[in-house]
Amino acid sequence: MRIGVFICHCGSNIAGTVDCAKVADAAKAFPDVVHAEDTMYACSEPGQQGIIDAIHEKNLTGVVVASCTPRMHEPTFRRAVERAGLNKYMFEMANIREHVSWIGKDKELNTNKAIDLVMMAAEKLRHNAPLMAKKFDINKRVLIIGGGVAGIQAALDCAEGGLEVVLVEKTTSIGGKMAKLDKTFPTVDCSCCILGPKMVDVAQHPNITLYAHAEVEEVNGYIGNFEIRIKQKTTYVDWEKCTGCGLCMEKCPSKKSYDHFNNGVGTTTAINIPFPQAIPKKAKIDAEYCRMFTKGKCGVCAKVCPTGAISFEMTDTEVTENVGAIVAATGYDLFDHAKYPEYGAGKYPDVITSIQYERLMSASGPTSGHIKRPSDGKEPKNVVFIQCVGSRDKSVNRPYCSGFCCMYTAKQAILTKDHIPDSRSFVFYMDIRSPGKDYDEFVRRSIEQYDTQYIRGRVSLIYPQGDKMIVRGADTLAGAQVEVEADLVVLAVGAESAAGAPQLAEKLRISYDSYGFYMESHPKLKPVETNTAGVFLAGACQGPKDIPSSVGQGSAAAAKVLSLFSKDQLESDPQIALVNASRCIGCYKCVETCPFGAVKEEQDRFNNPKARVIETICQGCGVCTVTCPQSAIQLQHFTDNQILAEVKALCPSMMVKN
Amino acid sequence: MSIRISYYPGCSGKGTSSEYETSTTGVCQALDVDLVEIPDWSCCGSTPAHTVNHVLSSALSARNLTLAEQEGFDTVTTPCPSCLSNLKIAEHKMRKESFREAVNELLDQPYGGGVDTKSVLQVLVENVGLDKVRERVKTPLEGLKVACYYGCIMNRPPEVMDFDDHEHPMAMDNLMEAIGAEVIPFPLKVECCGASFGIPQQNIVTTLSGKLLEVAKGLGVDALVTACPLCQMNLDLRQGQINAAQGTQHSLPIFYFTQLMAKAFDLSDAVQGMKRLIVNPQKALAKIGQADKEIA
Amino acid sequence: MNTYKITAADNTFTAEVEKRSGQDLNACYQCGNCTAGCPFSFAYDIQVSNIMRLVQIGQRDKVLQCHSIWLCASCQSCTTRCPNNIDVAGVMDHIRHMAREAGLATERKVKVFVDSFLDSVERHGRVYEMGLMVSYMAKTGRVFTDVELAPKVLPKGKLPLKPHSIKGKEQIAAIFKRFREVKSK
Repeated sequence: MRIGVFICHCGSNIAGTVDCAKVADAAKAFPDVVHAEDTMYACSEPGQQGIIDAIHEKNLTGVVVASCTPRMHEPTFRRAVERAGLNKYMFEMANIREHVSWIGKDKELNTNKAIDLVMMAAEKLRHNAPLMAKKFDINKRVLIIGGGVAGIQAALDCAEGGLEVVLVEKTTSIGGKMAKLDKTFPTVDCSCCILGPKMVDVAQHPNITLYAHAEVEEVNGYIGNFEIRIKQKTTYVDWEKCTGCGLCMEKCPSKKSYDHFNNGVGTTTAINIPFPQAIPKKAKIDAEYCRMFTKGKCGVCAKVCPTGAISFEMTDTEVTENVGAIVAATGYDLFDHAKYPEYGAGKYPDVITSIQYERLMSASGPTSGHIKRPSDGKEPKNVVFIQCVGSRDKSVNRPYCSGFCCMYTAKQAILTKDHIPDSRSFVFYMDIRSPGKDYDEFVRRSIEQYDTQYIRGRVSLIYPQGDKMIVRGADTLAGAQVEVEADLVVLAVGAESAAGAPQLAEKLRISYDSYGFYMESHPKLKPVETNTAGVFLAGACQGPKDIPSSVGQGSAAAAKVLSLFSKDQLESDPQIALVNASRCIGCYKCVETCPFGAVKEEQDRFNNPKARVIETICQGCGVCTVTCPQSAIQLQHFTDNQILAEVKALCPSMMVKN
Repeated sequence: MSIRISYYPGCSGKGTSSEYETSTTGVCQALDVDLVEIPDWSCCGSTPAHTVNHVLSSALSARNLTLAEQEGFDTVTTPCPSCLSNLKIAEHKMRKESFREAVNELLDQPYGGGVDTKSVLQVLVENVGLDKVRERVKTPLEGLKVACYYGCIMNRPPEVMDFDDHEHPMAMDNLMEAIGAEVIPFPLKVECCGASFGIPQQNIVTTLSGKLLEVAKGLGVDALVTACPLCQMNLDLRQGQINAAQGTQHSLPIFYFTQLMAKAFDLSDAVQGMKRLIVNPQKALAKIGQADKEIA
Repeated sequence: MNTYKITAADNTFTAEVEKRSGQDLNACYQCGNCTAGCPFSFAYDIQVSNIMRLVQIGQRDKVLQCHSIWLCASCQSCTTRCPNNIDVAGVMDHIRHMAREAGLATERKVKVFVDSFLDSVERHGRVYEMGLMVSYMAKTGRVFTDVELAPKVLPKGKLPLKPHSIKGKEQIAAIFKRFREVKSK
């Protein structure tokens, strides 16, 4: 074998604390190494050309590059050696940046460690063999999980691009949080009026199959060929028959049911359609409140339903869908302010959340758009808004900024003045974060034209006095403690990850952060990709986002899916497990341990039990290889021999002793 | 071509800044600027008037603008920035009808509006021009290193004063260069000297003017050049008080820019006025014409 | 320090300052640039940006009783550099007018100096600097004010010992008289 070694300076990133020339010199003495040099930027055009030229001039059959993490540039260098005519797996990378130069300051020690890592890489390369990728067909259907504005946008863009879309929504209607909002910032246009047409498009698009009141149960398969089990939760109403006429709602005697759509402002009936513009506009029975389920008798809805759609015996069902890509658009939930006892922990009726206030202002809400405070139905004159409730607060494990509260609070203050012209709004804030287009101007408009009194400081205590809520806070700009007598207090609760987000992440095999938000593949350069091929992200499931960003991400995820599906076949990764049938004893431990179900039980022509790996399902995780008692199953490119070669290179003396 | 312009000397010109007054009239005469003093002009009210009431302040200013108007002038010039500011602000505010009516209610003769006021500095730079100044120089002030201090209200607020740059004015710097002096840029050109607090709150003036002197000292200049009677008084007359309060030993001459122009023009009357300066300028003046010798 | 009861605060104060000054106080976003540039910050009891804030939240007493409004020299730094184009120096001027009208003057020497100055103008038509000093010293009892400057100034002929009255001094006196009449209405 003729190995070439290239030591990258990465400007001063590596060369600052590693003697790259010395590492190259040392590499010249390694077995089979016939060429070694240091280079300023190996990943640059001239850097790559240097590698290609060396392959040609020195007849190299394998290449080691010592530079950054393989996550960054392994594909770059593999393509480079491929351009020079080598198999791309005849290449090894030693990470002397993240693993050496960035973590140690001692140049001599760093240089020694870099030499060791290069030696290991070269030794592994000596045991490498060319690998060939196989091709497989793509199922050009896409699953979108979540029917909020991000999911809707992704669904519509994919469907318009000619893809078949499966849209799964947890609640009985798509629309998400946006459907609950009265108006949107910074344009103050009616939220449901601009979202409505998109919701209708989803309902009517021939390429979109919508499963509402459904959840993803299980995800199997891999990019291009996923198999999805979807649970269609029971609604006790046959949606084939339900026309959404609403007669059942009129007659239902159980009128004190919790109103999920209105976030508990007011009540609804046990059988209900959540809001007039719901898509699909179908009724569902809330078994928790339905007298038929709680008391065993009633059935009024069944009697009045003109189409006979009510079915108290209905149960959950399951459907299976096959898709080639998945977009997670599961959105967010709102912080539970019960964690702030100093704000009443939910026990004061006139201390409400921002989403509840949206419902109070909405014409389709429980008060038909008249702002009435919950305690006595009076119109409030002094409304206090408190920002950062469950944002930027380490004490409640919410150190992050939710990003959109400053803006919706400014909007709510403006709308308050519009609804009640003789009202005064007070906003307690820590900083005003308004970096979007026309955002800061909007906040200033709230202050300058709508006379909103912004007070810089947190609120320490809210307590009732007579029919007022006393809000005690700080005005750090005046350097004083202040008190505001409020008729209504609105808490700008922050965003948190959606309930069940981690469980879904496990099913999708994607990562999530410690707050439950899904991890993008790269925070800047791969914002809608995940580290699992074929799974993409859109909207606030990745982190708090406002409507424009969510819509942007919905389109971005759709573009990723469309570009993925622009090919008919994908190349499989040849770095997968293979069974050496002559060593396999058919114990099937590998079958039990494989997390992907990629190993199958088979028999050879002598009826001996043997394991076989299905190449397209294997993800190359290597769990089977450590389980196999016979070392019969080997992960290609990471065989025992290759790994032991690296270990031997690192600790020759110990290996000799043993 | 001579320039004929209405002239408002200001009260201090007849008292504490009489040397500014004499050098101003001398320099203007030398440059064919005919200053026609407003007959029986009265005090503009200065800072005290506007701190009490803006209508009163503008009435005191407007009387003088009316007198100039009656003499057939549409422009008044004054050496004093405080007078300049009051006259300009009065004219500016009285463009609003309700305000003008309130002011005219206090006056014997109503002010019709439209009389502009310019500083003598502005007239010299804009109407006379640096070329003509250069031509008139008899003894260039070569060897004299100065920094120019404009004071806080000569150029501010810019919407009203409408002259030169409001943070880095250059008019005086350019004039001083035109008469041969070496001009070092002064970073605190428009920083306040403490204004009229010298009497009721002396520590304010000693602190603020003290800072100006400290920065000027760091520049290694022979003198500071001013255009404001109050600034000049704070920096010159109160330099001893500043030294006592700040524990410094400044001995920096504070000239009016017109005095140095008079010197360059060889106007003996105006040069005489230098004797009225409190900090003795002789050492600085002795540098004029000495630059070459020093280098040699 | 008292707790400011914001809802109970005097809204009319904020409105009055806005009306007199013609400035939109809501436009102030409390960046502090006025305080940053104010040469008098070192002498203030309440910084100018804090005064703007206190006006925004209607704290009439606190504002009208502060010393800073008497120490502002109207140097225009704040006005010139305000990112929201607020005439901050103008606001300070108007607050000072309001304090004066309310009979408040926490910096009595400043007020006496101003009064003495205007007395001189009213009497002579122009400021008579010597008379102004004498009047100020008499009213404040501070007879030694700047006395050490006398030997420097007097020989220079800078302070005329006799007042120079103008012919139309009655016109000036009439301005003051009418001003007081209008104010007392």
